[in-house]
Amino acid sequence: MGAPKVVVLDYGFGNVRSAVRALERVGAEAELTADRTAAQEADGLLVPGVGAFAACMEGLRTVRGGEVVDRRLAGGRPVLGICVGMQILFARGVEHGVETEGLGEWAGTVERLDAPVVPHMGWSPVEAPEDSVLFAGVRDERFYFVHSYAAQEFTQGHDDFASKHYTPPRVTWAHHGTPQRGARFVAAVEDGPLSATQFHPEKSGDAGATLLENWVRSLA
Amino acid sequence: MSVAVRVIPCLDVDAGRVVKGVNFENLRDAGDPVELASRYDGEGADEVTFLDVSASSGERETMVDVVRRTADQIFVPLTVGGGVRSADDVDRLLRAGADKVGVNTAAIARPELIAEIAGRFGSQVLVLSVDARRVTGDVTTPSGFEVTTHGGRRGTGIDAVEWAEKSAALGAGEILLNSMDADGTNAGFDLEMLAAVRDRVGVPLIASGGAGTPEHFVEAARAGADAVLAASVFHFGVLTVGQVKDAMRAAGLDVR
Repeated sequence: MGAPKVVVLDYGFGNVRSAVRALERVGAEAELTADRTAAQEADGLLVPGVGAFAACMEGLRTVRGGEVVDRRLAGGRPVLGICVGMQILFARGVEHGVETEGLGEWAGTVERLDAPVVPHMGWSPVEAPEDSVLFAGVRDERFYFVHSYAAQEFTQGHDDFASKHYTPPRVTWAHHGTPQRGARFVAAVEDGPLSATQFHPEKSGDAGATLLENWVRSLA
Repeated sequence: MSVAVRVIPCLDVDAGRVVKGVNFENLRDAGDPVELASRYDGEGADEVTFLDVSASSGERETMVDVVRRTADQIFVPLTVGGGVRSADDVDRLLRAGADKVGVNTAAIARPELIAEIAGRFGSQVLVLSVDARRVTGDVTTPSGFEVTTHGGRRGTGIDAVEWAEKSAALGAGEILLNSMDADGTNAGFDLEMLAAVRDRVGVPLIASGGAGTPEHFVEAARAGADAVLAASVFHFGVLTVGQVKDAMRAAGLDVR
């Protein structure tokens, strides 16, 4: 069997070159494209994103990225969102008082962090659940974050569908600021085929490479 | 535990080669930027910064190639500054693989540039670099520090603290505060200047200029720096990134 094929969605946002290189480093065959067929059929789809929530949503619309994500998830095909590529998976984002609708895969709002120093820029530890697949072997490492906004609550929205077949999302948390003035926020989510990280695994050195390798391995 | 104090080696690059001179004069050649950046990544650098000191636009093209080759080799953030005059310059560097771009003189001449870059790429890509010194002679500013240009040779009369505050309000995601008095002295960062800017600015603050010993980095972090940057002590082998981090860890600071 060959290397898992991963498409990095090219919609004009994100340091896509780094994402492609980091995926190749951990043994994936990575392709940067906005082609919908390729994005649909790849073993994994990586949705990058930097900058503003509203601008990223606009960019996604131009390549009909939301549809691609939905179709993949309907077929149980893995998707990984990174940074703003994670934020847009929530129901909405609020930046500078303007509310923008997200893809709504998860309930909740992405809002500005309240801390003495914002953006949260740099290497922070995370609290990953014991059974996390993404963080296997790197639960105690720090990861590189660059963001001013985050989802600060996570609602387990699928209670109505609870059954013995349903696995609730695994949520990893991080904190920015001081104990007096800071925010606890969602650092990563693993929800069936849909995963996402608020930090940049492609910029998080060896720890980030291990996390990406864990994801790539799950595609095989 | 909170976000780690970042240790950032800075490489001055001229026409594709690494240089660093005392007080920006008498540049000395010290190697290949791609190799050095990769070595720093391996040593535990939390980011790497390139400062392009090339004089001509042709040499700037060389820099884009250096950035591309470096971004293929290192897996920590890369910041590139020097000669950035427009949002299109930023675009070119980001496409080559830079994660952040440093802007200095062009923003002093035209502060709207900060908002243009932040609006197009987001604040997180924009590091506003401030070359500042203590005022001397007839010059006065409210904080006692002024912004300089031309590698510290020309004063502008602009208050350094006010400029940092204004640029953050315009959309700079981070301030790189370089003391032109301390630069090249290895006698320590200008802690008063750092504290003065920290007091007024809520975006991350990078201390630069004057590092000579591991303790200097500890002092800068205690004065309010979120990150500490140095050039010559690292690439002439006076200190390693690891030694700086050991000292910070021993002082109770969070490091990666």
